[in-house]
Amino acid sequence: MEKTQLMVAALENGTVIDHIPSDKVFDVVNLLKIQDMNTPVTIGANLKSNKMGRKGIIKIADRYFTDEEVSKLSVIVPNIVLTTIHNYDVTEKRRVTMPDEIHGIVRCPNPKCITNHEPMHTVFDVVDKENGTLRCRYCNKEIRKNDIKLL
Amino acid sequence: MVGKSNSLISLEELTKDDILYLLGQAGKFENEPNRKILDGKVVATLFFEPSTRTRLSFETAANRLGARVIGFSDAATTSSTKGETLKDTIMMVSNYADVIIMRHYLEGAAKYASEVSPVPIINAGDGANQHPSQTMLDLYSMMKTQGTLDGLDITLVGDLKYGRTVHSMLTAMRHFNSRFRFIAPKELEMPDEYKEYCDANGIRYTESKDFDEDVINTSDIIYMTRVQKERFTDLMVYESVKNAYILRKQMLANAKSNLKILHPLPRVNEIDQDVDTHPAAYYFQQAKNGLYIREALICNSLGIQV
Repeated sequence: MEKTQLMVAALENGTVIDHIPSDKVFDVVNLLKIQDMNTPVTIGANLKSNKMGRKGIIKIADRYFTDEEVSKLSVIVPNIVLTTIHNYDVTEKRRVTMPDEIHGIVRCPNPKCITNHEPMHTVFDVVDKENGTLRCRYCNKEIRKNDIKLL
Repeated sequence: MVGKSNSLISLEELTKDDILYLLGQAGKFENEPNRKILDGKVVATLFFEPSTRTRLSFETAANRLGARVIGFSDAATTSSTKGETLKDTIMMVSNYADVIIMRHYLEGAAKYASEVSPVPIINAGDGANQHPSQTMLDLYSMMKTQGTLDGLDITLVGDLKYGRTVHSMLTAMRHFNSRFRFIAPKELEMPDEYKEYCDANGIRYTESKDFDEDVINTSDIIYMTRVQKERFTDLMVYESVKNAYILRKQMLANAKSNLKILHPLPRVNEIDQDVDTHPAAYYFQQAKNGLYIREALICNSLGIQV
């Protein structure tokens, strides 16, 4: 291997999250609480990508994600692909899709929304999966994809 | 009981039949406002934000139904100033009251309260979000004066951007087949999201900046709202439009005989005082109709039909 190439060990078992927009890599880390995991984790950011220019990739050994965890990811990185690996073989590729509702992970941008003042969970209805538009179930304000902030 | 629960948070929850049922109930209360059907019940009015008109109307409704009323009209006198959460306040009051009527300065407060409260919540306004009893009294006023909510030409005038009442009216009127005209200066025109809502729900509308006799003479309902000076970033623009939306008596010379002028009040100068004596002026009766609607809403929340 040339010295200019990044060496990352192939996963025996675990999950690969690829094609993450570079500026979202650490949002994915936070959302999946990868910083709290004690299995080997490889995080790559700003890697060259033919399709995306620059991309991020995260490899997590010995860890698989539930549908619920995966659906949370869709809020910040729609259309991402999760690859599940068993014994060095790809056993599943899952494209992340937005759920109908999102509980407790997105902050309502409306400073006058009750969710920003009470110790409570936020709830958003996904009104447009294609464009990633959410509507706060409490104050009814709509948020577009680029304005979504995580709690 | 109509709606998805005993609480009333937003008109989105109500079907056409629900709305017509509540208007029918209000009509019965107008015929006989004093009924001691809530004897022994306690109604709480929690006004975290002051609102004299709405509070007096709800409290009068509760009193005329024979209920006892507890509550506060200013959050400064409550434990919320000590840092108590809304949830705790609601849980505490629900120990005492059979129904809670609340106004709050935060949007979504009533919905959240309805999720934690064991007793029904009636939303008396949550910030700029919802004010269903106001819209119901607007609908009642239109129904009462026109005999129908279908086939009307309804002109909404003034601040259509920030005006909560005009937005709620569109939500409720999606069930009916009336036509809307939106008359507003560019700075205060109906937001795109509400126009998209109209398109999605088959609500017919046109838009204009001109509030002239052509508009007035073809309207069944003119719904005036206040053009608020503080909404303008450029006061020159405010000066240029403020007088365009003042309704004066002489403008009503050729109005339809069934025309009624509504206004959620308070009015400042957008309806000239000389209009008050015109037969089309209806805003004070409109406010009075709020009493009957609120009697209907309180009874509905307690599962009582008259």
